[in-house]
Amino acid sequence: MTTLDPHSHAGTGSAARWMKYVHGHHWRTQTEEFDGCKLGFWLFLTTEVLLFGGIFCAYAIFRTLYPQAWAEGSHALNWKIGAFNTAVLLISSYTMAASIYSIQTNQQKRAQMNLIVTFICGLLFVGIKFALEYVPKWSGYFLVWDPALHHHTASIVEGKTALFGLFQFVDGYGGKRPGALFDHPFAVDPHVPLWWAVYYCGTAIHAAHVLIGMALIARVYFKSRKGDYGPTYYAGVEITGLYWHLVDLIWIFLFPLLYLVH
Amino acid sequence: MSGHDHHHGSYLTSKGALFTNIVDWATTVDHKKIGVMYLFAILFMFFLGGIAAIAVRLELVHPVREQVVLTVSGPLVAPIMNPSALTTPDGKTVQLEPGKHLVRWTEKDGNEVRQGEPMTIAAGKKVDVLDMKGKPLSVDGKEVTGTFTADTTTAPPTGGVKTSTTVKGQLLPKVFGKTDASVAEGNNIYNRFFTMHGAIMVFMVIVPSIPASLGNIFLPIMLGAKDVAFPRLNLLSWYIYVLGSIFAVVSLLATGVDTGWTFYTPYSSTTDPHHWRVVFMVLAAFILGFSSILTGLNFIVTVHKLRAPGMGWFDMPLFVWAVYSSGVIQVLATPVIGITLLLLVFERVFDIGIFDPAKGGDPVLYQHFFWFYSHPVVYVMILPGMGIISDVLAVHSQKKIFGYRAIAFSSLGIAGVSFIVWGHHMFSSMSEVASTVFSALTFLVAIPTAIKVFNWISTLYKGSIALTTPMVYVLIFLFLFSIGGLTGLPLGTLSTDLHLHDSYFVVAHFHYVMMGGTIMALMAGLHHWWPKMFGKMYNEKWATIAALIVFIGFNVTFFTQFFLGTRGMPRRYASYPDEFALLHQVSTVGSLLLLVGFVIHALVFAQSLMAGRKAPKNPWGGLTLEWLADSPPSEHNFDHEPIVTHGPYDYDTTVPPHWDPKDYPIPAENLARAKAEAH
Repeated sequence: MTTLDPHSHAGTGSAARWMKYVHGHHWRTQTEEFDGCKLGFWLFLTTEVLLFGGIFCAYAIFRTLYPQAWAEGSHALNWKIGAFNTAVLLISSYTMAASIYSIQTNQQKRAQMNLIVTFICGLLFVGIKFALEYVPKWSGYFLVWDPALHHHTASIVEGKTALFGLFQFVDGYGGKRPGALFDHPFAVDPHVPLWWAVYYCGTAIHAAHVLIGMALIARVYFKSRKGDYGPTYYAGVEITGLYWHLVDLIWIFLFPLLYLVH
Repeated sequence: MSGHDHHHGSYLTSKGALFTNIVDWATTVDHKKIGVMYLFAILFMFFLGGIAAIAVRLELVHPVREQVVLTVSGPLVAPIMNPSALTTPDGKTVQLEPGKHLVRWTEKDGNEVRQGEPMTIAAGKKVDVLDMKGKPLSVDGKEVTGTFTADTTTAPPTGGVKTSTTVKGQLLPKVFGKTDASVAEGNNIYNRFFTMHGAIMVFMVIVPSIPASLGNIFLPIMLGAKDVAFPRLNLLSWYIYVLGSIFAVVSLLATGVDTGWTFYTPYSSTTDPHHWRVVFMVLAAFILGFSSILTGLNFIVTVHKLRAPGMGWFDMPLFVWAVYSSGVIQVLATPVIGITLLLLVFERVFDIGIFDPAKGGDPVLYQHFFWFYSHPVVYVMILPGMGIISDVLAVHSQKKIFGYRAIAFSSLGIAGVSFIVWGHHMFSSMSEVASTVFSALTFLVAIPTAIKVFNWISTLYKGSIALTTPMVYVLIFLFLFSIGGLTGLPLGTLSTDLHLHDSYFVVAHFHYVMMGGTIMALMAGLHHWWPKMFGKMYNEKWATIAALIVFIGFNVTFFTQFFLGTRGMPRRYASYPDEFALLHQVSTVGSLLLLVGFVIHALVFAQSLMAGRKAPKNPWGGLTLEWLADSPPSEHNFDHEPIVTHGPYDYDTTVPPHWDPKDYPIPAENLARAKAEAH
């Protein structure tokens, strides 16, 4: 969004890089440039909301059409994992906001610490999502306290466990290509595959956004270590923060709709 | 960087050797260069899509017919030869009833033998199957009649009747060297061609056409800015467009997609099983959507933040208003098609069911999602065109635009209404109440649109109209767009739409709006700003002749399709009853005329680039800021940031700056007359 003046690298003074930031030649002032960037990014966030709007719309329509399938589907999810992940994202949103505040007050170390914590939270979120939610459904190995297990006690294979008994194998679930996964044999309602389609599309596209957000945070972190951001110039951090909060916000809607409402 | 002594080259000035220039263009963040690259890419795509359209029109010259040839082997006695049943090409057996079908000799003696009468047929004689009226027998709309050819060389002693099928009236398979294609194979190729035409023209031509090319070049200049708000994002949007186009072209080269440009499920979820062509094509549209979003976003921020000092919202040229409004739609509507196409890709790749009814999905949901984007986006296509018309019309009639604010707000009005009318694409798949509501909302669009048209016509009134090529195109636009708009009303009316939907009437209607509207406006803008973009004048005479050929060709092509549609010719069929043949042939002749017109335009532009007269700063006497810049503009558009002191159309109070009446392209005969009068 911005153009760095190549001559600023040549400066020999002790001033930090953010002090020497030169705004793009086509902007009148740095403030206008910052305002323009923020406006542009808010517009981009609008497009993101509308993108997920499609998923929410599909959710609402299919839920209205097939309430039984939706109830059955959401019962098969472990709300505790979802709740934990929600907490993780909320904490990361706080640290993200804190890093912007720290930059504004020129507390560079603290800003970088906050960015690291935010990044780790993102990693934790995606890791939990993948290891405790996606992989069990694909492999057939479920967490022992996963409600899906108790729904289908008949199919549990006794003695077949993984990771010190933390995961229990359910016959008929794993080892299938993704398409067939959405049509697992335990489905009572014929429209349950639709629920899984919406669940996987919604959460996977969200997870992709988390990964993009983490990439942005990493970028901002490394730029911050070079001293690119400070009280007078912090557009990158601010905009990464806006993006991260959006990712958080989408999850705030996905979590109750998928895990809590039956 | 400032001062008159410091000379800036134009943005087109060579940077050195060829390779240096290529690198410079490929990495440029200059909105003008990006716009020029977009312009030529779009014109190239227009050429590709046009070729596909011509192919479609040529296929429609003759209706495709299956002809069953019956081969009689050996000398036969009539009751044996007289077949009690025929097998049609699709494997159906048709009983031939005595008294309904006739078998007639075509021997030299002209003997006529009725079915059922015992008669010996010598080998090598030809027999026709005729109906009671003496016409070739037709069963289920298929001509199953043919010629019985008694074949002596391969005659088995007992004799018998063999049927074989030939197809006549098919063109496209033969172009590809497939002379023995069945009707189904031919239709398949036809489907791919009209899909190619639609997909290219919608996603790669009309949506980006005006905003990404002329908008990119002139929106910042008209605002007095040095560039768009996010120049690098602009370059990114250009490369995303290139990437999307590559995806589309790869899919098309690999024999293409037969879903139609709308990718309706279940066509798009079931055709080409285990192939990636549909997936590629859908991904192409998804990627092109991103390009569109970034362009729109960039323009919105540019308009908000980079207006020159003194330029209020109501001092902006109406072209800027229009591009701004279409930017709003691009940003708000495109993500919805994004998620729709993404879900479609997931559906195919991961074998899940969201839209495919066979997997429990809902195909109508796809249509709702699709049109929630695609209806607003038709206004993305037309709004910038309307903006061009407002600007060009005022300049070439040297008159203050009538109803500036009404035109500006009607652009926003159209943008707003565009989001609540999508249901009219699915009248037959909704409840009656929903259809009625959508029908009523659809009529709302007519209000802001009519406001614009009336204001344009009022502007022309008592203006000093110069019939330059841009102005000729403006008049063509007004004529064609009015027809396009008014024929939209019977389509929005439920009772008439029941008859007209999915017919050639619809095809004619949206071509009048999209091509007669957007493309004609693009042509107007292209000629209007050509001198500014490239610093060269074009040949006014030949450009006007080409414009007139395009105008005639367009009407011949598409006006006939209104008749075809009202008479019941459905869209997207390669064949039709004989009654439609004449109209189809007329339409095809029109499309060839269009081709001729556009080829002349291409030659005129090429001649202008190579040997055109140098363009003055302000050849038409325009008052908007781009006419203050050099032709072609310098790298930073203006030597000094311009200060706005008058409105964009204040012809009644302002003398155009840098305006020399000699710059007007005065027809030679007028000059001669003026000279004669002076003597």
